[in-house]
Amino acid sequence: MATTKLPSSADALLGAAADAAKPPAGMETVTMPYGVPGYTLHDVQRQVPTTEPPVLPVNADLEYIGKSPKRWDAHAKVSGSGRYTADIQLPGMLYAKFVSSNVPHAKVVSIDTSAAEKVPGVKGVFVIENLLGGARLLNPSLEVSKYPIVRYAGQPIAAVAATQPHIAEEAALLVKVQYDAKPFVVDMEMARQSDAPPVFPGPANQGGSAGGGGGARNVPQTGNIHGPAVHKRGDVEQGFKDADFIVESKYTTQVQVHNALETHGVVADWKPDLLTVWASTQGTASVREELASFFKLPKSQVRVITEFMGGGFGAKFGPGNPGVVAAALSKQTGAPVRLMLDRKEEQLSVGNRPSSDQTLKIGAKKDGTLTAIQLISFGTAGCGTGAGCAGPATNLYQSASLHTEENDVFINAGPAAAFRAPGHPQGAFALEQTIDELAEKLNMQPLEFRDKIDTNPVRRVERQIVRESALWKSRNPVPNADRGPIKRGVGLSQSVWYRHIVMDSAAEVRVHRDGSVEVLSAVQDIGTGIKTVMAQILAEQFGVPPQQVSVKIGDTNYPVGPNSGGSVTTASLTPAVRDAAWQAAQKFLVSVAPALGTTPDDLVLTKGEVHSKSGHMQPISFRRAAAKMDTSEVSAQARRIPDYDPKHYDTYGGVDVAEIEVDTEMGIIHVKQFFAVHDCGRPMNPSQVINQINGGLIQGTSFALYENRLIDPTYGLMVNANLDLYKIAGARDIPKLHVQLVESYIAQSSTDASGIGEAAGIISAAAAIGNAFYNATGVRIRSTPMTPSVVLETLSKAPQRSNA
Amino acid sequence: MNPFVFADCTTESGALAQLSQNAKDGIVVKAGGVDLLDRMKEGLESPTKLVNIRNISSLRGIRETPEGLHIGPLTTLAEISEHPLIQSQYTIFSDACGNAATPHIRNMATLGGNLLQENRCWYFRSKDYQCLRKGKEICFAFGGLNQYHSIMDYGSCPAVAPSSAAVGLLGLNATVELTSAKRGKRVVGIKELYVLPEANPTKFNVVEPDELLTAVMIPKPAAGTRSAYQKYGEKQSFDWAIADAGVVLEMDGNTCRRAVVTMGAASPVVRRSPQAEAALAGKPITEETARAAGKASMEGAQPLSMNAYKVQMFPVAIYRTVLLAAGQMGRDPRAAG
Ligand SMILES: Cc1cc2nc3c(=O)[nH]c(=O)nc-3n(C[C@H](O)[C@H](O)[C@H](O)COP(=O)(O)OP(=O)(O)OC[C@H]3O[C@@H](n4cnc5c(N)ncnc54)[C@H](O)[C@@H]3O)c2cc1C
Repeated sequence: MATTKLPSSADALLGAAADAAKPPAGMETVTMPYGVPGYTLHDVQRQVPTTEPPVLPVNADLEYIGKSPKRWDAHAKVSGSGRYTADIQLPGMLYAKFVSSNVPHAKVVSIDTSAAEKVPGVKGVFVIENLLGGARLLNPSLEVSKYPIVRYAGQPIAAVAATQPHIAEEAALLVKVQYDAKPFVVDMEMARQSDAPPVFPGPANQGGSAGGGGGARNVPQTGNIHGPAVHKRGDVEQGFKDADFIVESKYTTQVQVHNALETHGVVADWKPDLLTVWASTQGTASVREELASFFKLPKSQVRVITEFMGGGFGAKFGPGNPGVVAAALSKQTGAPVRLMLDRKEEQLSVGNRPSSDQTLKIGAKKDGTLTAIQLISFGTAGCGTGAGCAGPATNLYQSASLHTEENDVFINAGPAAAFRAPGHPQGAFALEQTIDELAEKLNMQPLEFRDKIDTNPVRRVERQIVRESALWKSRNPVPNADRGPIKRGVGLSQSVWYRHIVMDSAAEVRVHRDGSVEVLSAVQDIGTGIKTVMAQILAEQFGVPPQQVSVKIGDTNYPVGPNSGGSVTTASLTPAVRDAAWQAAQKFLVSVAPALGTTPDDLVLTKGEVHSKSGHMQPISFRRAAAKMDTSEVSAQARRIPDYDPKHYDTYGGVDVAEIEVDTEMGIIHVKQFFAVHDCGRPMNPSQVINQINGGLIQGTSFALYENRLIDPTYGLMVNANLDLYKIAGARDIPKLHVQLVESYIAQSSTDASGIGEAAGIISAAAAIGNAFYNATGVRIRSTPMTPSVVLETLSKAPQRSNA
Repeated sequence: MNPFVFADCTTESGALAQLSQNAKDGIVVKAGGVDLLDRMKEGLESPTKLVNIRNISSLRGIRETPEGLHIGPLTTLAEISEHPLIQSQYTIFSDACGNAATPHIRNMATLGGNLLQENRCWYFRSKDYQCLRKGKEICFAFGGLNQYHSIMDYGSCPAVAPSSAAVGLLGLNATVELTSAKRGKRVVGIKELYVLPEANPTKFNVVEPDELLTAVMIPKPAAGTRSAYQKYGEKQSFDWAIADAGVVLEMDGNTCRRAVVTMGAASPVVRRSPQAEAALAGKPITEETARAAGKASMEGAQPLSMNAYKVQMFPVAIYRTVLLAAGQMGRDPRAAG
């Protein structure tokens, strides 16, 4: 290090730094585990508030955290006793049905609801004047219209509420909507042409949702092209000049629809002093917030309940049109209203993963050093924005220079929504295949090349595990080695995701005199199993089995919880839960100390027993001690405090290996297995983490091979808005999944948990299959879904190799 | 959905009486309901009365007769696929039923309903498209999205024949019995059961509104017969065929005396391929003759704008199924079902 004379002010700073070893008031220095056990584990020091609970050791030394007790609500789920939104039955409840447009682009001239209103059993009809979702014109006066302009087929226009679902359905058909049809475009290539019908008559922007998504705002807009959003690091032109090898190619991916098993839906009950909404949502907080603001109600008069939900994948934030319309109909009719979407509405109107058309160019020196990465992408988020996919190209590898341009292309289709790792499966599909292609030019192996250009220490460990795996060792490094029509291939892809923390994450823990403990938070369980993890934390603190902990979540009557998007839930909420549990335990000791004839600071609660440090008494069980509380209940509420060392930023990721067989005569790809090595900080419940990765790999395989939203270009209607022709991987399509978790301590919070939902395989599956396809056939496959049509076309363009 | 009467019948005569009461449109037979309910939910069908035949026990079951097999139309696809005699002597048929749709659909779907299900063209299946098959002028598939549509013999409508069971039955030269209260019984062959779009675009089969399909008869295969069926889809589970093939070989030692090759998802009605059959007849079954049969099957194929890939798949499906029938190749682990 150069020794430069420092100015006096800097001297002062240095002095301060020297003092930093001594923590400021209210803080203490603790020693925490950091790194991967068996590889890089070591101690680090962190300064933390003195109110924080003691540092948790690594999982191996814990009783409940880091173990895999069965899902806390498993019985409720499999027995059907868990109540989902559609299970809610309220006295006098009405059933609502949307009236949706069946044209892709039009001005609504008039809406005649009179016939629908006359149907016996119909109690209310609501016409939408303020539509949610999609981009909005910066200058609304460019379009003067009483009703929202129809920008996609399936856009909700009105809704009918009736005493029976079939009456509502029938009446909805009687609402007469008169359209003034406008020219439309549903194909992205066509929409990019300068003479394409404009989806918006002027610049339009869309905000993101709580789960990310949404695109760049206030970027240039030409015709239907909204963008580019440009990001630069260094000088790519110079970078390409410095390169010894350059690979440039084009990749395309399709639109994927979330299609959670449970569709979007709400039951809204508007009472004069309280609006109660049961919602299938991944954000009780976001639903409450947006309903309060939409209806100008104080938040204290909006209650949102989500006891169980059947998946969201990013598309279920806020009330959306179903929530707003159901609440409005409930207000109008004075009765509770249920509005659950059917599968067609679900496919058309509540979000999707944008397509991509990416031109990726990467340059490297002979030794593998990356000199330049350039990505120009177009993608369509329908009449919304958010098709950017530069995340992997920006964040996975070290490159001397980077240039990305992301463009959204408007088409007349339903707006996209955040979808499990927005942009990343698309981006990784192009990036990871290009990296493999470059490795081949450099005469390096895929893992060796990545060791050179990827500095992330955890992925380095993961690559080592892959390198030593039987599957990777079985890979023939020579592509197209099999002689018969069925060719085996093995390929890998890496993934990256980011540490997002939501500070609005709080929990309350109560200890009762009967020895029962409960934890409360408004957080919802999107399906990842946060209830189980909360129970484990209390179990660890109080020494009771997790099944005996009461977990009450999914209700805004409890302390605020994070919206589950961006893989934030476990990382954000669990420290608050542990802090609350710890503080409640301290209060508990205060409460029992008099009856135990000692002072609170003489007592410790550990492994389900209260001990006296001075030996004043024999240890007694937590339950027996609780009986001596001087009040019937003690409780503590805690909220998330910032990460212990926010300047130290870790990403999460994994290395996934696919083994496939390509039937080169039929064009059918059969994915035989995945070996997936992933990290997510401290795995709080390893089997639930593996669950997420299994799900991500399945959804990623389904994206890679099957799923595709198909819109007829001539009429602008989706032709496969169902689940038999919108194809999702079924039982026999799902490969064998073998997941290996890497514990990766990062010393950031009282639980040191991180997120997994998005890093979990969805990012890398298609790319790994693509690389395996090349390994099998010697041909690059550059577009998804890799149907027989695409595979046969790809193989037919390959230079013929003698196969005899 | 309009209100409708649900007439639950337990006897064949009761059901026939229901059907003959009023010949007007609006009385519809429901067997397993897998196909019908989908169409009702989409609003394509608004019956005034549903005649439920599902509980007519006399129309369910598999019987061996001197001539061959007599199968009640309410026998489920699952029952057929698990029947030992069908598995051993009518393999093409058990394979076809056993690989249709999914296990849970096969438990619900009846043979009669499977044969009489309507086509799965996405334009036909959407109430938003008023197509030729609904009595209007236009077929939307020719100029639209047609990746799953026909590649041959399609005339005015390229929707594909949906029934796997029919691919098996055509190979075995089966017939069906149709019964009406007024006109009694008639017997038609599997091929004659279906109506080509040119002949009448709005009619998929020759069954009249007052008729029930009351039996399926399969003649006993000649000595030395071996058969097989395989289906290929984009997915292996829960998917439709994009190429499926049935093969029946009458063998004399190593020589194929006579071959029947049937194809499902190639055309609007299930078809035989005389060219493929000719390529096998009188020859030993080898990889070479099997491939030649596959190749010959595509003579006259005219793929649409998006489905040329099916012209590559059918020959392979046929060649592999010929070898499977001949016992020279195992069941393809990547086939669907
Ligand atoms: C995802 C999916 C995949 C599928 N894949 C396949 C496949 O690969 N292969 C395949 O073959 N099928 C497939 N199917 C279709 C399924 O097999 C049929 O829908 C089912 O066989 C219909 O039988 P059903 O008894 O339910 O018929 P129903 O729905 O009850 O009836 C169908 C039609 O036949 C009429 N009908 C029924 N029985 C009689 C009778 N005895 N006399 C007169 N009229 C009658 C009814 O009026 C109705 O019009 C698939 C379906 C789905 C949803």
